[in-house]
Amino acid sequence: MNWSEFFNMGGYGLYVWGSYGMAALVLVFNVLAARRREKNVRRELEETTRLNQAD
Amino acid sequence: MLFHKYASPKVFYALAGQLTPWFAVATLILLGYGLYQGLFVAPPDYQQGESVRIMFIHVPAAWMSMFVYMVMASAGAIGLIWNMRLADMAATASAPIGASFTLLALVTGSLWGKPMWGTWWAWDARLTSELLLFFLYLGFMALQAAIDDPRRAARAGALLALVGVVNIPVIHFSVQWWNTLHQPASVSAINKIGTPAIHPSLLIPLLIMAVAFTLFFVTVLLMRLRAEILHRERHTGWVAELVKP
Repeated sequence: MNWSEFFNMGGYGLYVWGSYGMAALVLVFNVLAARRREKNVRRELEETTRLNQAD
Repeated sequence: MLFHKYASPKVFYALAGQLTPWFAVATLILLGYGLYQGLFVAPPDYQQGESVRIMFIHVPAAWMSMFVYMVMASAGAIGLIWNMRLADMAATASAPIGASFTLLALVTGSLWGKPMWGTWWAWDARLTSELLLFFLYLGFMALQAAIDDPRRAARAGALLALVGVVNIPVIHFSVQWWNTLHQPASVSAINKIGTPAIHPSLLIPLLIMAVAFTLFFVTVLLMRLRAEILHRERHTGWVAELVKP
């Protein structure tokens, strides 16, 4: 098996790689979104703590 | 009781933090092995050729879209009945993950349908009910985002999720109840000589990818639950202690 044959996927390359690419996007997006949510919550918490201390 | 101990958001926050890396590593190993099996080991199908490899993404994604919905609705029901905060948070944290798997199932289905059926989309029962599932997830998230009081948001979300459960058997049985363009189930199918209709060379990568996706769901659910716990418990002493500068 050579690589150009592998990427061609018997003529279905666009559909096969499109599917695996979409899967990669969805997995990466899930991890980034979960991290961003945690960061935002922490920032919010730190701000309230700072405001409470300033009172 | 042990169950009640781990159902306390404070204890679960620490537990989730310890478990996440293990689930992440297990996900990566299974995903790597599943991709190797699916892209290099599995042979092309005698009818569908190389396009059959889309199945290793499409079918696990579609299974996850329904499995995560059942997790979300069950967690919502537990929160509703026993007033358990951690269950409410699990329902909220599951929704975006389930929605993303549903989108993946729809998009890969489209990418598989074009070369096999000659169309990106058809208003067939399987496709339409799966699209409805996607809107149920979006509706759940929009409803919860629109209600400020977290307890009322949890209750409203749980009710919506429970009503939407009727769609799950519709998705599952749609290929038997109606004449659909979508093919019937192959994994549970038995052929005339009583053996599974799907060849092991295609079944093995499919099952590995399904386990990998499940582990991935648990990993992201734990990550999202930690953020959700901090947010919902922000007025408590232990959270204040945790984020103290």
